[in-house]
Amino acid sequence: MKNLFSKVRFLTLLFVFLATGFQAFAGDQELLGAGATFPQPLYSKMFDAYYQQYKVKINYQGIGSGGGINQLTKKTVDFGATDAFMTAKELTEAGATVIHIPTCLGAVVVTYNLPGNPKLNFTPDVVADIFLGKITKWNDPKIAAANAGVKLPNLPISVVNRADGSGTNYIFTEYLSKVSSAWKEKIGAGKTANWPAGQIGQKGNPGVAGYVAQTPGAVGYVELIYATQNKMAYGNVKNKAGKFIEPTLKAVSAAANVKMPDDTNVLLTNTDAANGYPISSFTWIIFYKEQNYGGKAKERAEALAKLLLWTVNEGQKYVEPLQYAPLSKEAQSKANKLVRSITFNGVPLLK
Amino acid sequence: MMSNCKSPAGIDRSEKRFTWILTASGAFIVVLLIAIFFTLFITALPAIKKFGLTFLISKSWNATAESFGSLPFLVGTLLTSFLALIIAIPFSISISMFLGEYCKEGAISNFLRSAIEVLAGIPSVIYGLWGIFLLVPLVRSLEMQLGIVPYGVGILTSSLILAIMVIPFSASLGREVISLVPGDLKEAAYSLGATRFEVMKNIVIPYARSGIIAGILLAFGRAIGETMAVTMLIGNSSFLPTSIFSPANTMASVIANQFSEATGIVASSLIYIALVLFLVTTIVNIIGNYVIHKISIEASKEVT
Repeated sequence: MKNLFSKVRFLTLLFVFLATGFQAFAGDQELLGAGATFPQPLYSKMFDAYYQQYKVKINYQGIGSGGGINQLTKKTVDFGATDAFMTAKELTEAGATVIHIPTCLGAVVVTYNLPGNPKLNFTPDVVADIFLGKITKWNDPKIAAANAGVKLPNLPISVVNRADGSGTNYIFTEYLSKVSSAWKEKIGAGKTANWPAGQIGQKGNPGVAGYVAQTPGAVGYVELIYATQNKMAYGNVKNKAGKFIEPTLKAVSAAANVKMPDDTNVLLTNTDAANGYPISSFTWIIFYKEQNYGGKAKERAEALAKLLLWTVNEGQKYVEPLQYAPLSKEAQSKANKLVRSITFNGVPLLK
Repeated sequence: MMSNCKSPAGIDRSEKRFTWILTASGAFIVVLLIAIFFTLFITALPAIKKFGLTFLISKSWNATAESFGSLPFLVGTLLTSFLALIIAIPFSISISMFLGEYCKEGAISNFLRSAIEVLAGIPSVIYGLWGIFLLVPLVRSLEMQLGIVPYGVGILTSSLILAIMVIPFSASLGREVISLVPGDLKEAAYSLGATRFEVMKNIVIPYARSGIIAGILLAFGRAIGETMAVTMLIGNSSFLPTSIFSPANTMASVIANQFSEATGIVASSLIYIALVLFLVTTIVNIIGNYVIHKISIEASKEVT
């Protein structure tokens, strides 16, 4: 019996030792990041390439934008990642200046399931009315007006939205709030929205895509990358300049060819860019401007600054092969300036 | 020396330690339960302060206006779970009678029993996928024939999948208690000229009733908390369902959907829902224990 107890004690000690030892090890060697799931495949690729080159390990967890902001504010990660610029309230809660740098762009496309899946043109009003439940049939004259020559079936439209809180929801609803006053009033913009009654919600891009693929006459919205990778049908959307724009990587990058504030706090939906796809958005990495907090070593802060600089410059070459839209010139120069403003004890970390 | 190690009752030290470990494990469960409750309560406090008890009867779930109420989800949870039970009960009772009395041994019985065990062990996401590919089109074609909006997903679809998921739980417990009915009782009834059906009806079922009901309550508890399969099939609409075909949301599915991106009052409201779910489950369990206790007393009176 006594023997058993000493074994138990030994095991417990071993466990405690392993747990604490592992934590200390992880804390010293790796940069920690957490946040948006949308750019996760890109970040995984980038950070792996960075590790191969500079032997700095980066551990990134795709826990969602909200989680990324939370973790950064709690100072449990070196950087966070988010699809929506932090709100004024969130910035106040962060306690100190938080910098956002854009890393790439994403877009949301309107996907549908119709016989033969013709390429459709959508005006902003039509998109809003479909998702408000005002247009209920595919052969509605409003849809037909923008699609001369396309034979539209007499099918009821089944609308499906994203039920889980997501950056995709935010970009889509924010766009529609801009172009439709009825939308702004009834639904609003947010990571989760106040959807009209009787609409189906599905979880994640796969959930929405699956429901659309299965239901004749269904319409939904997913990330551009998800739609192209899965060869789904999606429509062109009329931009502010009055052109119907096909959502391509080029058109998405072009949406960011506009004047933007120095902190890159800009929504790229419905921008003035003549060739820009109107439902586009940045995705950001967020971090504290002053890096000397919570007993952080200067080396660690430097490693972070170097990584971030690399991400918006050399790292950009990984963006396009993975079907993300790269930063526009304007955005890239702003991002560079922002990374260089990062300090340790008030002294800039990068020259 | 040896006598020093023994307590007055004649228990030696290792024996004492063993008792102590068992007591501690028992106490740990209670502490855990209380800790879960308080964690939920404290993190939900902002929402509790803001919405109070009207949270339970408010129908609106509007993230943009930040007004939250749990009624649609409470109704969604209870409706899907009850409907699932109503569908599952006839099947699970028949299965338990068949395996517990009519076909106790042999290859068929063994095969059926292991099939039920496999059903219980399948991860719920697989049930969800199966539902998407098979049940949803079936329900959609039914809806088209009935002339209602063919969503395919909704309360009925989730209840069907829940029913299949919970049958193993109630059936295996039911089988167990039915096979435990003493042979003397049944033989006595047969000797009085009772038919097999009469024996089942008057002896076996009353004797095994508390066990059967316990199985059903276990199934109900499982149905209430089921998340993944329901999220995939219920349609995730945050409104009060108007019929059993309409899309809805359950407490578990709304938390699963929205928590990852929730901050501030939204997160706290979702935790408030979790607290409500916790309390509903507790209440169901308490009622269950009471019912089992009461019925088993009655049953023993009836049979003896």
